[in-house]
Amino acid sequence: MKGEKNWKLSGIREAYGETLAELGEVYPDIVVLDADLSGSTKTSLFAKKFPDRFFNMGVAEQNMMGTAAGLAASGKTVFASTFAIFASGRAWEQVRYNIAYNHLNVKIVASHGGITVGEDGGSHQCAEDIAIMRVLPGMRVIVPMDAQEMREVIKTVVKIPGPFYIRSSRVKFPLILDQDYKFELGKGKILREGKDITLIGCGLMVSQCLEAAEILETEGISAQVVNLSTIKPIDEELLIECASNTRGIVTAEEHSIIGGLGSAVAEVVSEKSPTLIRRIGVEDRFGISGSASALLEYLGLKPGKIIEAAHQILDSKKIKNR
Amino acid sequence: MITAEEIEKLKSLARTIRIDILKMLNQAGSGHTGGSLSAVEIIVSLYFYKMHHNPQNPKWPDRDRFVLSKGHGAPALYATLARSGYFDLSELNNLRKLGSILQGHPDMKVTPGVEISTGSLGQGLSMANGMALALKLDKRAARVYVLMGDGENQEGQIWEAAMAAAHYRLDNLCGIIDYNGLQIDGPVNEIMKIEPIRDKWLAFGWEVFEIDGHNFAEIISALDQAETVKNKPCLILAHTIKGKGVSFFEGKVEYHGVAPTDEELKKALFELGVV
Repeated sequence: MKGEKNWKLSGIREAYGETLAELGEVYPDIVVLDADLSGSTKTSLFAKKFPDRFFNMGVAEQNMMGTAAGLAASGKTVFASTFAIFASGRAWEQVRYNIAYNHLNVKIVASHGGITVGEDGGSHQCAEDIAIMRVLPGMRVIVPMDAQEMREVIKTVVKIPGPFYIRSSRVKFPLILDQDYKFELGKGKILREGKDITLIGCGLMVSQCLEAAEILETEGISAQVVNLSTIKPIDEELLIECASNTRGIVTAEEHSIIGGLGSAVAEVVSEKSPTLIRRIGVEDRFGISGSASALLEYLGLKPGKIIEAAHQILDSKKIKNR
Repeated sequence: MITAEEIEKLKSLARTIRIDILKMLNQAGSGHTGGSLSAVEIIVSLYFYKMHHNPQNPKWPDRDRFVLSKGHGAPALYATLARSGYFDLSELNNLRKLGSILQGHPDMKVTPGVEISTGSLGQGLSMANGMALALKLDKRAARVYVLMGDGENQEGQIWEAAMAAAHYRLDNLCGIIDYNGLQIDGPVNEIMKIEPIRDKWLAFGWEVFEIDGHNFAEIISALDQAETVKNKPCLILAHTIKGKGVSFFEGKVEYHGVAPTDEELKKALFELGVV
């Protein structure tokens, strides 16, 4: 992991498109589908190199997911991409019954997840996808924290049969992980050790957790930071460890606090090792237009909120301990 | 061309399969009688005349594929698969029961010969498109057949898929509509008009054949002709009778989603010549 000062921004969509185009050489069975957003999702990079194995399905996401299922049932490794709200929401039942129900080999890589879609507004933002994808039996859900992780995730999932939902993003993410980082499905990674409190993030919010931890340190609070990029299957062992080794958990996600990473963490911790949890994310509301950074501030997804939540947990513990 | 003798054989198979359907539905106590009976001649023609398939090797890569988009017609498919040798006939007694390989709607995970799970309407054509694309990519000569209900033509996704099949010139794909004219709530064209349905498919770039879906000579001629069409998909608009073969089920909307009672089964089997 690089130190904060060295963070450069790097496109997570580009990391997907470039990796997919590389893998196209190695895996002749890869077929890629997109629904008129290949320039945005970056499947266009694959399309340019392998036009015969790329199918633009037009603005028709439900048909795209069904077609993906048919291709996968015929032995293809299918990557299907569009914006997160359409991949998860518009085509939810096709993803459920055509892909997940049959446990078919379709990797849904959805760009423009979360609210950093920005100016397009509430129609195109997506703060619900993690919830509605992880509820599907057998569906694996991954939200990579940076471009390096996205590359590793794509290289990993191409080798694992069955369905995946992988979230990509419009905005560039700070590039934090080193070149030698290896992704392991179902394993969270401790990026920073700490003993007082655990900050767990996915996607863009991992960098916000790291920034928050840095500030907490100046206040004498030692915060542990976990990248929980695989939300399903979730790393129960690590969560139990975090719950027992620190005094509480703050989760941070670019998603509704209902049903997402925070909920998934709470499900495990409340049953296996109860501790106080505060969830940072989009409150029960829709997004609005604005720049990505203005929206992160407006919807309460900045390090300040994470720090506040950490204080709340530690303060309440102090009161209890008196 | 098919001989008169071969047609007689198909007719006899259709009768056997109708009996299987009625018995299995009666035993299950629920299921879709009308739409299973209307599809019998079509499915029999595919499995016992047209399709290249191998019940001993259901995953044979060069097999022709069949997708039952109107998944509620599962009993017709199950009886046909059993009579083809995909699994033992005794399995038909377990339709819809806990742990059975015969789910309420076709499930590729548990039933040998079922290509893909269907039953949520309007989705089969998209999956058939995917199979047809894969066959083209793999340069295999096999074909894909997909049987749709008339009511499911009300689903928007059918038209997304119709557009895509023509766009990608899927001439290895043949759609068939079991046009029995009835859906659960009533006559299709009263519930939500699909007419002019032939013109719609033509406008979407398909070759269309219109036939009597219970007449083997017509079904077979359409299936043979469809195979010769190049650069576009084919649709066979098969006019059928819901509940076909049992006088008191025919044309009755009430028997869309109801299984025959013991009394009805007895009468139906009598009509079909089972003593």
